[in-house]
Amino acid sequence: MNQMAPETKNRADAMLGLLAPSLYSDYVKVYPRAVSGRFRNIKWAILIACLAAYYIAPWIRWDRGPNAPDQALLLDMAGRRGYFFWIEIWPQEVYYLTGLLILGAVALFLATALFGRVWCGYTCPQTVWTDLFMLVERWIEGDRNARIKLDQQPFSFNKAWRKTAKHAVWLVIAATTGGAWIMYFQDAPTVTREIFTGDASGGTYFFFGLFTGTTYLLAGWAREQVCTYMCPWPRFQAAMQDEHTLAVTYQGWRGEARGKHKAGESWEGRGDCVDCRACVNVCPTGIDIRDGMQLECIGCGLCIDACDEIMTKVDRPQRLIDFVSIANLERRAQKQPTILKLIRSRTVIYAAMLVLVAAIMAGALLTRASWEMNVLHDRAPLYVTLSDGSLRNGYTIKLLNKTRDERTLYLTIEGIPQATMFLAGEGEAPSSRLPVTVPPDDVGDYRVFVKAPRQVIKESSTTLRFNVVDEQGRRLTGYKSTFNAPN
Amino acid sequence: MPTKIEKDSVTGTETTGHEWDGIKELNNPLPKWWLYVFYACVLFSAVWMVLYPSVPYLRSHFGGVLGYTQRDAVAKRLEEASGAQAQYRDQIAKLDIQAVKADADLNRFALAGGRVLFAENCAPCHQSGGTGAKGYPSLADDDWLWGGKLEDIQMTLQHGVRSTNDDDTRVSQMPRFLADGLLTMPQIQAVAQHVLSLSGLDKPNADGAKLFAEQCASCHGEQGKGMREVGAPNLTDKIWLYGGDKAVVVQSIAYSRGGVMPAWAGRLDDATIKMLALYVHALGGGE
Repeated sequence: MNQMAPETKNRADAMLGLLAPSLYSDYVKVYPRAVSGRFRNIKWAILIACLAAYYIAPWIRWDRGPNAPDQALLLDMAGRRGYFFWIEIWPQEVYYLTGLLILGAVALFLATALFGRVWCGYTCPQTVWTDLFMLVERWIEGDRNARIKLDQQPFSFNKAWRKTAKHAVWLVIAATTGGAWIMYFQDAPTVTREIFTGDASGGTYFFFGLFTGTTYLLAGWAREQVCTYMCPWPRFQAAMQDEHTLAVTYQGWRGEARGKHKAGESWEGRGDCVDCRACVNVCPTGIDIRDGMQLECIGCGLCIDACDEIMTKVDRPQRLIDFVSIANLERRAQKQPTILKLIRSRTVIYAAMLVLVAAIMAGALLTRASWEMNVLHDRAPLYVTLSDGSLRNGYTIKLLNKTRDERTLYLTIEGIPQATMFLAGEGEAPSSRLPVTVPPDDVGDYRVFVKAPRQVIKESSTTLRFNVVDEQGRRLTGYKSTFNAPN
Repeated sequence: MPTKIEKDSVTGTETTGHEWDGIKELNNPLPKWWLYVFYACVLFSAVWMVLYPSVPYLRSHFGGVLGYTQRDAVAKRLEEASGAQAQYRDQIAKLDIQAVKADADLNRFALAGGRVLFAENCAPCHQSGGTGAKGYPSLADDDWLWGGKLEDIQMTLQHGVRSTNDDDTRVSQMPRFLADGLLTMPQIQAVAQHVLSLSGLDKPNADGAKLFAEQCASCHGEQGKGMREVGAPNLTDKIWLYGGDKAVVVQSIAYSRGGVMPAWAGRLDDATIKMLALYVHALGGGE
């Protein structure tokens, strides 16, 4: 880093300022200090849970029988199927995924309205991986002061091996992350073996490299720049918050006036803040929480831990910085009892939306049919007059078999007496009950002709219902179509 | 133009000087890395401009040093596609049409290709899906003038009907009974009534039946069931190529009919004709 003396830098800035206002700011590297305490422990626990879930999930096996993949979570792009434990979806059912995303979004709104930026501070992948990368950094290069010193040092063997080791470990973690991402789209054991043996496809290596690269870049280099400049969420999440939303807040009424404090000095006439900058030093985004609510604050609460440590040392009450709502901050300042107001119109609306979407999803899942049918009436010719005067209509029928068994089912028609049907090109006698064999986990495609005597057709368009029944005559699915005739 | 640039008291940042309803905008500086990413994008587009078609001239454009055009790319893909079809087409050309039908893969290819070929070559007269029109027979029904077996259809496609440039064309000529003076108008009226009575559209006519036996039965058969060897239509069914009104039937007898279909053997290759024959056969009326 180019370290200019402050007065030199100010003069240079002032001279530049005469020419043009400063449009671009230098990157200020953040060196967060290690901290321990309640919120750090919660953050570690969530980090471990998130990483474990991410890395282990694709290895969970789920038996679906001989002809299906045995991976519990799998988005099989080539086979066009999505597997989620006992649920299997086809491409046209992608709205289940959409529903899942909507559920996630509404849950995020609700959590934000209640507890502020807990997503940003604890569960966002950017936070989780950045935290992990910082842990590695601390192990290899030391804590805040050691790292600042190392960066200021001229090139040396000590600096070289520490930097090399750090980036090497980062790259290994990034590669594991990128590799695990691939496993959600291909069979995990197979693709892991193929990546090492060189048998994986070019596309697999491309995405493996892409997600390795982005992980390394975002968690190693970009860090808080992602939250401040790239992510849209900090910009509009204020819309979900109100005066009862929890936020990491410096309680100025208690802290000011701040100032250095020597042991034995009186606390009369001054605030509890001893201006030690512990809250600034531990902040992963490098801000001063005492400046009030800021866009850059991810609400992780590490400054609370740092401050509590100091408050204990100077024998003042903890939680000078606290998770507290604006409403309660004012009440505390006026020595009024605090209130907990979880039920507000916005939280009720978010909760109701959550329940509604979840109910719709559950309903859709429970009523999901194993069989589906589509019937397409020929557009040309709409009808054909046969030599004996009877009428014939052509249909293309698609029968979706979402089970894992090949089945022979029966196609029946209702709505037109004496109507019969036959499959194109089979040369079989027309009948009113047509056997069709549907391959497992596939779509059966049939050209069907329906024939009816002229005298039973009264309208130019008569409703004709196709049904699919099993051997016992139970109806599995159906489709309402029409039978067309000359006017 | 911004007019009043001032320093914001809370953040110490300058404003842009823009003000809307009392709300002012801070002029926060962008990070340097953002600027460098922007420069990288500018560089990328400069390289792109050199490599790919970019600058328009008055009558043409700068084509890029790689010489890439989307037109060529499409042409190449089409060539690849027809190359991939070649193996199927060669097989179809080589095999007998029944053997093509028996091979599931070839048959599927022929039906899919036949659909497109039919739309290109046949649909202008026979309509899409072989619906047919007045004077142009429906190919989806079960009534065939010259035969509805695969081989019959293939033969008709190859040589056409009354085609002037094919010696093996299917040919027959119905006499113009009035114009050639073979029957008088009242006689024709009687024959027409008899013809319509064959499919229950009119009352029987004894004179007409007698004249029919003398003049028409040699081609249309004693019962009026038609004769495919000469393309004589079945007069007892419910299908009327030119219409089933008495006036139309009278017109047909008096001045004759004789639809023409071109011979396709010279225009389409063997595989294409077989594919078309298979497609037409599968429209619903194939025998």
